[in-house]
Amino acid sequence: MDEPLLVVEGLTKAYPGVVANDGVSFSVARGEIHALLGENGAGKSTLVKMIYGLVRPDAGRMRLSGQDYAPSEPREARARGVAMVFQHFSLFDALSVAENVALGMEAPPPMTRLAERIRAVSEAYGLPLDPDRTVATLSAGERQRVEIIRCLLQDPRLLIMDEPTSVLTPQEVEILFETLRKLAAEGTAILYISHKLEEIRALCDAATILRRGKVVATCTPRETSAAALAELMVGAAFQAPERQPVEPGQVLLEVTKLDLPPDNPLGTSLREISLAVRAGEILGIGGVAGNGQEELVAALSGEATTAPGTVRIMGEPVGHLGPNPRRQRGLLTAPEERLGHAAAPDMTLVENTALTALARMNLARRGFIDWPRTRALAERIVRRFDVRTAGVEHAARSLSGGNLQKFVIGREILQEPRILVVNQPTWGVDAAAAAAIRQALMDLAAEGAAIVVVSQDLDELMEISDRFAALNGGRLSQSLPTRGLTVEQVGLMLGGTHGMHRPQEASHAAP
Amino acid sequence: MLHLEPRTEPSRRWSVIAPPLAVALTMLAGGALFAALGKNPIEAIRIIFWDPLFSDQFAAYARPQILVKAGPLVLIALGLSLGFRAGVWNIGAEGQYIMGAIAGAAVGLAFYPAEHWAIFPLMILAGGLAGWAWAMIPALLKVRFNTNEILVSLMLVYVAEQLLASMALGALRNPEGGGFPGSRNLQQYPAASNPELIPGTGAHWGVVLALVAVVATHVLLSRHKTGFHIRVAGQSERAARFAGVVPARLVVFCLGVSGALAGLAGLFEVTGPAGQISIDFNVGYGFTAIIVAFLGRLHPIGILLAGLLMALTYIGGELAQLMLGLPAAAISAFQGMLLFFLLAVDVMTNFRIRIRKGRG
Repeated sequence: MDEPLLVVEGLTKAYPGVVANDGVSFSVARGEIHALLGENGAGKSTLVKMIYGLVRPDAGRMRLSGQDYAPSEPREARARGVAMVFQHFSLFDALSVAENVALGMEAPPPMTRLAERIRAVSEAYGLPLDPDRTVATLSAGERQRVEIIRCLLQDPRLLIMDEPTSVLTPQEVEILFETLRKLAAEGTAILYISHKLEEIRALCDAATILRRGKVVATCTPRETSAAALAELMVGAAFQAPERQPVEPGQVLLEVTKLDLPPDNPLGTSLREISLAVRAGEILGIGGVAGNGQEELVAALSGEATTAPGTVRIMGEPVGHLGPNPRRQRGLLTAPEERLGHAAAPDMTLVENTALTALARMNLARRGFIDWPRTRALAERIVRRFDVRTAGVEHAARSLSGGNLQKFVIGREILQEPRILVVNQPTWGVDAAAAAAIRQALMDLAAEGAAIVVVSQDLDELMEISDRFAALNGGRLSQSLPTRGLTVEQVGLMLGGTHGMHRPQEASHAAP
Repeated sequence: MLHLEPRTEPSRRWSVIAPPLAVALTMLAGGALFAALGKNPIEAIRIIFWDPLFSDQFAAYARPQILVKAGPLVLIALGLSLGFRAGVWNIGAEGQYIMGAIAGAAVGLAFYPAEHWAIFPLMILAGGLAGWAWAMIPALLKVRFNTNEILVSLMLVYVAEQLLASMALGALRNPEGGGFPGSRNLQQYPAASNPELIPGTGAHWGVVLALVAVVATHVLLSRHKTGFHIRVAGQSERAARFAGVVPARLVVFCLGVSGALAGLAGLFEVTGPAGQISIDFNVGYGFTAIIVAFLGRLHPIGILLAGLLMALTYIGGELAQLMLGLPAAAISAFQGMLLFFLLAVDVMTNFRIRIRKGRG
């Protein structure tokens, strides 16, 4: 038998306080779709960063196509045929697709030739994309295609995909899978990171499962049940969240005809948004990214202010109030962007606790912050939500994405909100942590809080919310009880106009 | 090949080692520079760093001068550091310093020759208020019309300089000065003077206030909500808004405090070491304080040490010019090296150096 395309042997990488990867070994064959499964902090990101040359291993070695492989920077990895699509896109909103692709190339060809090549590749792999469109006008799925095509133009032998489906609609996922299968059939190996077990079972030929930095199992996902995969990943029996139906109480949060112009030229304006959430109820708001989610969350949190009567907390008009007065009245928010919005990157977890908790928890006396009490709260958040960190005095940016997410959500939940607004609560979080976060949200509702969950993950919304509404072009649909809604109905609510174009339609659309 | 790799967290060890290491490197490179100019490098370094403090011949004069120079530098730099931490760039402290001196001196001279205990406190108030008001111009323009505070505050320095000249030649000119430009000497007007408090130390009320301000800004930044908001705003504007910070209020606060402190520094200078309003009253403390603020890495204790070090190189530099005939430009280059090396060594706080094998 040939030597596999990529062989990883004994890779080890330690950070202060944590061993991210401990003697990791596995291999990927040509044309194989290989899944990398693991909880948050299991070391998946560190592992692929080492393969892509972003991080240097402390020990261990890699071989690519039978030759030693030790990339010191991504450029070298790309030169050897390794490409990566990141979970967070690095695209410039104001530039066109082709310009964005050119920015990532060592020696970009003239723009017209590049546009032709983009069109050719996008048609060959069933990823419709118009090279002249401005990125700001693209949906999340289309943005991802830009990143994928950027990679495909380099003719990669190994394509790494980090949680590619978390922002896609069900139809977009299908198209992506077809593309990946096509690539694999042509001999490209794909390293696929995900925590969506069903997806991995449908797509992948092999799976390597990581737990706490070590490989705990290798298996063929098609022959392994989702429950068994989850158990391997978590190391314990997997618990699906449970929901105790609660009789909804009085209306806690009410939004009436809220209009909000965007604060930047590429933003979405909100138009006549009305909603009401009762005590004990979870309202799920779905929609493809860029349809006003961030703006709506800002209008609810108080970062964007509107006319007093447009937002009411238990009847009291608060539309003109900023975030802290709203927090004092019990309305707490967890925004989507963890670093730089929900948390200050270089501040410690204690300081990041103070970021939102000063007002509601009375942690400041005459303006002087009570750091010992803030620290105690930070420690409670870390303990209660199993945030993996070497200590609360470490900077927020030293945490892995999922752990920071647990911290951000935990920080708001432990302040005992009456109303909680969360945007993308489980974005980039592994299955076990996502389940814990969802369970915590449902427990909070059971205790009588009103909760608004904004998410692009439809399965998540179907699982936890009582009512569902869709955000489309800055307008919010009427909310319907979740029970009994089918995925197709939801797809219709999401609006259709932002859905997928089939390949043949898109080739017409191209000028 | 050397290769910089970002650290996940700033290294605490490096942030402690960096300043002394930068001073040591400056001595080495500065020594090489002096040697290239044909001077004995060891002697030059000794004259700059050692003689002002310990030489029998010069210390008696030089030692008090260190506090006289460090006082205003530290006071102004502390105010600036608040704004710099929050991303509010007051470059016009020199102008606020001048305005504080003019207003304070004007209040004092208005009472001349009356003797009353309240005159000096009133002058202090006037000096602080004038500096604050001068800084409010860029602050309000920024808040209201989104103008750039760097440009506005900087340009106001030149306006203040013109005003200073016109005051020295006109309204505040000493009527008994025989037509020479410059105001009455406030050192000779007890109710309005800011004397050396302990003979031979150079400490006057401005130095005392600088020390108080070190403690106050340290407490503000580490314990108070406003200081916390300043630090958050400097890291991420979005996170700051989320924390309930109103950016406009922060701009007004930071520019206001730095303007008031610069104004006070000017007042203490004109009533003390300088003694009078004159055309060339300002000597660039407001600009040097920007370097002091960064040399002290925007930390109150660091600024205190940086202010003292900067004052030392000024005094020592003058001494070296006198004793060895070193050109003034060589001393400026030497001071520049200090900042250069500190910023360079500081990179190690956030990055580690890796030696890459092979040609990459």
